[in-house]
Amino acid sequence: MQIARETLLRSYRAMRTIRDFEERLHVEFATGEIPGFVHLYCGEEASGVGVCANLTDSDTISSTHRGHGHCIAKGVEVSGMMAEIYGKSTGVCRGKGGSMHIADLSRGMLGANGIVGGGPPLMCGAALSHKVLKDGGVAVAFYGDGASNEGSTLESLNLATVWKLPVVFVVEDNGYGEATGSSFAVAGTQKARAEGFGMPYMECDGSDFFAVHQTAGEAIAHARAGNGPVMLHVHLARWYGHFEGDAMSYRAAGEVAEARRDHDCLVLFRRKVTEAGLLDDAELDAIDESVRDEIESSVVAAKAAPLPEAADLLADVYVRY
Amino acid sequence: MSKKSFRQAINEALRLEMRRDPRVILMGEDVAGGQGGSAGTVDAWGGVLGVTKGLYTEFGPERVFDTPITEASYIGAAAGAAATGLRPVAELMFVDFVGCCLDQIMNQAAKFRYMFGGKARTPLVIRAMFGAGFNAAAQHSQALYPLFTHIPGLKVVIPSSPYEAKGLLIEAIRDDDPVIFLEHKVMYDDEEEVPDEAYTIPFGEANLTREGDDVTIVAFGRMVKLANEAADRLERQGIGCTVIDPRTTSPLDRDTILDCVADTGRLVIVDESSPRCNMAADISALVAEEAFDALKAPIRRVIPPHTPVPFASVLEALYLPDAAKIEAAVKAVMNHNVTEAA
Repeated sequence: MQIARETLLRSYRAMRTIRDFEERLHVEFATGEIPGFVHLYCGEEASGVGVCANLTDSDTISSTHRGHGHCIAKGVEVSGMMAEIYGKSTGVCRGKGGSMHIADLSRGMLGANGIVGGGPPLMCGAALSHKVLKDGGVAVAFYGDGASNEGSTLESLNLATVWKLPVVFVVEDNGYGEATGSSFAVAGTQKARAEGFGMPYMECDGSDFFAVHQTAGEAIAHARAGNGPVMLHVHLARWYGHFEGDAMSYRAAGEVAEARRDHDCLVLFRRKVTEAGLLDDAELDAIDESVRDEIESSVVAAKAAPLPEAADLLADVYVRY
Repeated sequence: MSKKSFRQAINEALRLEMRRDPRVILMGEDVAGGQGGSAGTVDAWGGVLGVTKGLYTEFGPERVFDTPITEASYIGAAAGAAATGLRPVAELMFVDFVGCCLDQIMNQAAKFRYMFGGKARTPLVIRAMFGAGFNAAAQHSQALYPLFTHIPGLKVVIPSSPYEAKGLLIEAIRDDDPVIFLEHKVMYDDEEEVPDEAYTIPFGEANLTREGDDVTIVAFGRMVKLANEAADRLERQGIGCTVIDPRTTSPLDRDTILDCVADTGRLVIVDESSPRCNMAADISALVAEEAFDALKAPIRRVIPPHTPVPFASVLEALYLPDAAKIEAAVKAVMNHNVTEAA
């Protein structure tokens, strides 16, 4: 499938933005200036971006603890995200959600989620909205191999099939649910689960943007055409711990180094597009530089931004009470 | 205006709102019923107690959705649909089943607006039946409204009659926040005059079902009727009661409760829910803090014991508040100073 040059540039920029955003958070979190918990998406960029390159603002996604990448891939504004993670009033959720609850409904982003398995039922509902309102939209539930075992997820696979909903269930399988390996925790296979519910199963290499983009495109087209849900199983690697501060004592020496060396989606993307003559190094370098500036200015702005005020504590519990 | 049952009043509220707004949809286990059955019927049940009967026939499969028995996925779907443009009314059947889907209510729907900085609206109604009196035993008889009242972001409605049910449900469906609407299962055949047209009853505005000078009784749901029965008997004995039906536990009409306590100086609270951290405890704390000087006697709570709801009729009757227990509590607060003097 031919990918438009514009899409290639935008996708590379999104992946680079996620990478730099997360690498910078890794550094800044260690200074103690960022409150709460942070879960980084480094190494998984091609998955969120490859899927979301097939979506528009009128499609809906749900995310996970590890949500920054999905937010950026879906078009949530970076400076608002950074300010949110710093707990500032200029944050996309006015400092009241934090890293685990970044959302922007105007972008069809129904939230990162602090609850494992929280998203799939919500995406059945978003898909129902798309179906009843006949707006042509699809819903995409991103969740991990850990959440794939949750009852709420398995119930959602059933409900989406029974109601023939336009949902794509994207299992981002990084091999670990927190500190426990999926080889221990996941019974059977994702493929057999999809087939058990009577839905198509697709899989791809999550470090290869082109593979994700192509496979997700087919899955999303299937759902959008009214053929019911699809499971897309994306194989990838998590470059950091479950959360920042996790010493990863459960991973073999060299596992992450190997992933960084051989499965870096940005390196693979650049090699592919330059060898094929689709884009050249200079334009990719220019994106790198522009993203570096954007992340730097977002951090500077976030640090300087005002804190929420006492009155914000009581605001927005209800529309009206 | 005509005599309608609690069941009919709820059905009518749903029907009128579905006609008024195409974004209102229904979902739940057997809300139509019969799909996939060997008889080939649909709308076979209209909910396990027939409350939604006829709505599938009128509105069809694009508005009325039978669900598998999977509460987490469909209650979550209702929350997700509410956040993305629909106005779902989801039926949880027995409120006891909330154990299967509490995350989707407590951590998702209730918190979207606050977590997302005020940028989400979740116009969701979850209907469920609650309460003891049918020998339905421990897993089908609870009065779990304090559980929902505890969670910021939810509104909690407990109608006490057919008239109240219709007006409060229409209000709930038009409300932009998640609302838990709890129907006492013993009341479905109760009848009274109910207008045919749509009307709303605002949340957070208590209803005084009667006024008297001596004792304030606060009661919820089915307990309102029992409180009025007790008040009738007490009136014949010269004791005047004000009976407050708060209608909603969240928001709670604190002002009306405090005003009435200021007038009567005595308070009895009738609450069918388990006694620890229930509404009786909540209102007792409110009055102790805000109206201590007005009290002529200690607050009395007519509440069940701290046990699961029992099955056998004799035990269930012992468990539940009733008019006689309310009457005894009112007399106890009236006699407080007399006893003390003796």
